[in-house]
Amino acid sequence: MTDNQTTSERVSDTEMRVTRRFDAPARIVFRAWTTPDLMVKWWTPKSFGITFISCEMDVRTGGNYRFVFGHPAADQPMAFFGRYIEVVENAKIVWTNEEAENGSVTTATFTERAGKTELVISDVYPSKAALDEAIASGSVAGYDEQFVQLDDLAASLTA
Amino acid sequence: MVHYVNPGHDASFAALSDATRRGVIEHLFSGDASISELADRFHMTLTGMKKHIGVLEQAGLVATEKIGRVRTCKLGVSRLEDEMQWIERYRQMWAARFEELDKVVADLKAKERGDD
Repeated sequence: MTDNQTTSERVSDTEMRVTRRFDAPARIVFRAWTTPDLMVKWWTPKSFGITFISCEMDVRTGGNYRFVFGHPAADQPMAFFGRYIEVVENAKIVWTNEEAENGSVTTATFTERAGKTELVISDVYPSKAALDEAIASGSVAGYDEQFVQLDDLAASLTA
Repeated sequence: MVHYVNPGHDASFAALSDATRRGVIEHLFSGDASISELADRFHMTLTGMKKHIGVLEQAGLVATEKIGRVRTCKLGVSRLEDEMQWIERYRQMWAARFEELDKVVADLKAKERGDD
């Protein structure tokens, strides 16, 4: 990581990895990941077309989270939820993604170097088949697939 | 940092490790061909060519279609390409989040400085 570019790579049969550097100490980046009022500002950028309806996060080992999103074309909100398996202050967050079957376990690690933070996100699926299936579905986060269907539906209704 | 070779790409690399199979791919760039045409072109038995086509098909590099008694080969949509596209979209999703996260982080930094 020589600059602030985001990289992504399939590093094994079951694991996707993303890296990014931030111009701030780890405690600041960690705070942005663990404070609901801050999380809602960045987790769903405008280009996603979805917005937070609610954001509940009990960020400690064994705590739960629940994100509820809305989409202009959706009657029903969608929930994404899971549990924090491990939380290490300013260094690491590990959580499950339980809204879908065969969901991944995600680990975010925050490593501070010279006042900057190197973030590594590792998404580990329960099997090669589960990651292959995620790739085959074309969906990168679960939202787009479901909401694209709604977009298509909305487009067909207004056509 | 350890660099792993993506095992999903193994099939594609293995398929392309053979000179005949590379020749077949190159040939198919100029147009579709039947297995018997390819066997003639590469001076092979029909059975031998079928095996090569099978390997290329497994890797998603070639697609075949049987019309009547003739099996026609054409360039396939590679799973490798699909996977690369997905990985790029996955990267873009995180990159979009991180651009917003940069702003949140900058605000927090500014506030922290202000509190000093």
